Amino acid sequence: MSKVIRYAVKISAFLTFGILFFIIGYILFRGIPHLTPSLFSLKYTTENVSLFPAMITTILIVALTLLIATPIGVFTGFYLVEYAKKGNKLVEIVRIATETLSGIPSIVYGLFGMLFFVIRLGFQYSLIAGTLTASIMVLPLIIRSTEEALMSVDDSLREASFGLGAGKLRTIFRVVLPVAMPGILSGVILAIGRVVGETAALMYTLGTATKIPNGFFSSGRTLALHMYLLSTEGMHVNESYATGVILLIIVLMINSLSTYLSNRLMKGR
Amino acid sequence: MKSKSFEGFMKGIFIVSAMMSILAIILICYFIFAGGIPFIAEYGVKGFLLGTEWKPSNNPASFGILPMILGSVYVTIGAIIIGVPIGILTATYLSKFCGDKLYRVLKPSINLMSGIPSIVYGFFALTVIVPIMRNLFGGTGMNIVTASILLGIMILPTIIGMSEASIRAVPQSYYEGSVGLGATHERAIMTVVLPAARSGILSSVILGIGRAIGETMAVILVAGNQARMPKGILKGVRTMTTNIVIEMAYAADQHREALIATAAILFIFILIINATFLIVKRRSAN
Amino acid sequence: MSKISVKNMDLYYGDFHALKNINMEIESNEITAFIGPSGCGKSTLLKSLNRMNDLVEGCKITGDILLDGKDIYASNFDINLLRKRVGMVFQKPNPFPMSIYDNIAYGPRTHGIKSKSKLDDIVEKSLRNAAIWNEVKNDLKKNALRISGGQQQRICIARALAVDPEVLLMDEPTSALDPISTAKIEDLVHELKKDYTIVMVTHNMQQATRVSDKTAFFLTGEVVEFGKTEDIFSVPKDKRTEYYITGRFG
Repeated sequence: MSKVIRYAVKISAFLTFGILFFIIGYILFRGIPHLTPSLFSLKYTTENVSLFPAMITTILIVALTLLIATPIGVFTGFYLVEYAKKGNKLVEIVRIATETLSGIPSIVYGLFGMLFFVIRLGFQYSLIAGTLTASIMVLPLIIRSTEEALMSVDDSLREASFGLGAGKLRTIFRVVLPVAMPGILSGVILAIGRVVGETAALMYTLGTATKIPNGFFSSGRTLALHMYLLSTEGMHVNESYATGVILLIIVLMINSLSTYLSNRLMKGR
Repeated sequence: MKSKSFEGFMKGIFIVSAMMSILAIILICYFIFAGGIPFIAEYGVKGFLLGTEWKPSNNPASFGILPMILGSVYVTIGAIIIGVPIGILTATYLSKFCGDKLYRVLKPSINLMSGIPSIVYGFFALTVIVPIMRNLFGGTGMNIVTASILLGIMILPTIIGMSEASIRAVPQSYYEGSVGLGATHERAIMTVVLPAARSGILSSVILGIGRAIGETMAVILVAGNQARMPKGILKGVRTMTTNIVIEMAYAADQHREALIATAAILFIFILIINATFLIVKRRSAN
Repeated sequence: MSKISVKNMDLYYGDFHALKNINMEIESNEITAFIGPSGCGKSTLLKSLNRMNDLVEGCKITGDILLDGKDIYASNFDINLLRKRVGMVFQKPNPFPMSIYDNIAYGPRTHGIKSKSKLDDIVEKSLRNAAIWNEVKNDLKKNALRISGGQQQRICIARALAVDPEVLLMDEPTSALDPISTAKIEDLVHELKKDYTIVMVTHNMQQATRVSDKTAFFLTGEVVEFGKTEDIFSVPKDKRTEYYITGRFG
């Protein structure tokens, strides 16, 4: 019996990691040979299927999303951890709201973004509609990691600061925030990962234009969307693999950075 | 020195920020439900939920989403059958069987696995699993089993991450107590440690269900997407999520409302799953 | 007039009556020690003296605490100014995770001092007063977490001195330290008496006899006995005090 269990456990682990490494290896193996210079042409044409505009769009949408979601998320964390008293009704409601938000599927975000930003507010398929939709989507992630990072900061540091006559704001920004920073950053980085990998929420908000957006109200496509559209078209399989390689490389970088930062938070305690 | 009024002002900003999540959830509920419920009421709850025909271009059009509900349920069940045992056993391996050195490599790998975009998984399934299925069973290779395998893989990191944490949270004394009575390492884990971690494992499974039922872009590439009653596990199927994506691009009027209504039903599924998750989590916290 | 007077003071944590009818006069340039078993309320009273208890939810205080004759719980009393005047050193050394210099300069900067030369002066003077200048003067940029626990505690004392307080509250300042560091802190406290009023909570009765002028003995939220340290330890008036100092309970 024990032997059976041991084998089952080991085989499962082998399957999990085998699949993971196979997927990564397979995409890299099939994609790297197709990372040709023409894929990085400034302009997309049906001949070169350049992914360069998609790369720029991805960077734009990530940057704008963080610009909106990070302050809101971090400030929410400040309120929940540093200000709200135990049993506060608002805190309860905010918790339920963020937990619900984090469970909503991307496609529902996408549909909402389309109905509200694209149609009701008249933004059309645009950078701004995509950004706002993505911002709501990553908000719970940033709130959660901010909360956890703030809670990991030793209360004695807050006491010391108050004991010196510092007010709440000064204590938060000068003492608590620097200590919590790695944890908050690792959440922000996970948020980047989420936006980079997103497709369903952006397809009907950001749209699928092949050019680099030339303004907030201009459409574009991210790398992940680009890869989806190429794979449904079925004519550019090789370019899909190549796009997959770029996506994987980004995800790998994001993950290592986030792991590094959360380790630093542990040490800083 | 910051003045008192500035302290108050910033506190106000923090509160307003905290309200944003509430505002977001209210707006989302409003737009999805206000856009979908009136249609369901007009078309008839029964006809919509239990109708077996989805023919938006017929005259008169029929909008029964039972095929899609079943499609979602089937692929989710399939994903659970494949993903849950492998996930829990892998979590057991990570927490109780693997050495420190190996763990330092494998743990970040799980994080990486959850970071890989769904489109990459979907594309992998399209180029690797679909041809295999086609060779084995004929047809297009895009069917319930293919989608289940894909989703089973995709929910692994969710299940592993949370199960592992709850297995680790079981006090060492439980394990020692069992081994002290002469149980083997494996037996102690299976009979004492895993049962003690069950509510955490259960939450991980619920979270996995949520992930599977909400997944869209990966499923769309491999499920076949036929809007008809599922005819067998080796036949194509369309889920609620894919129904929305596929037709939203060109849907208008009543057809668009029917798609929003589909999202409303999906949303209700998710809300139920979320609520269950919260209840299980609260209970395990006590 | 005494520096701090506590009059008919009661403190509640929710339903729990933590301090009962406290009356106490704390004199300038003296060291007052609070002793008693854990949970007797000595730290609670200490924290009430600069309103650190405000941070605890459900904490309610009745009666008066006067600093130089002014009620510190009056609504128009500036709490941040109070904490500047009544500084605090905590049980566990808790330097901020920043350089030694920035730790000391944190308080003065909080209270609006920006000039670099002024800050330099304050940092040096505070470190000298905390008897640690010679040990760290070449390492002012070093992270304060990278020095020993005993040094950290003296940094925390210097940090408290840097805002130029009148009263220094010390909550078991040596309980986390080794004997040598403890001796250094005790010497330091003795020196500081010249310029400051010091109130110190201690678990260690020898410490109370060594450093303090007055001692208050606490038991289950009440001050059982308060008086000159030598009297308390030689001729205690209350049986319970005698039991405690002779080690018969607590």
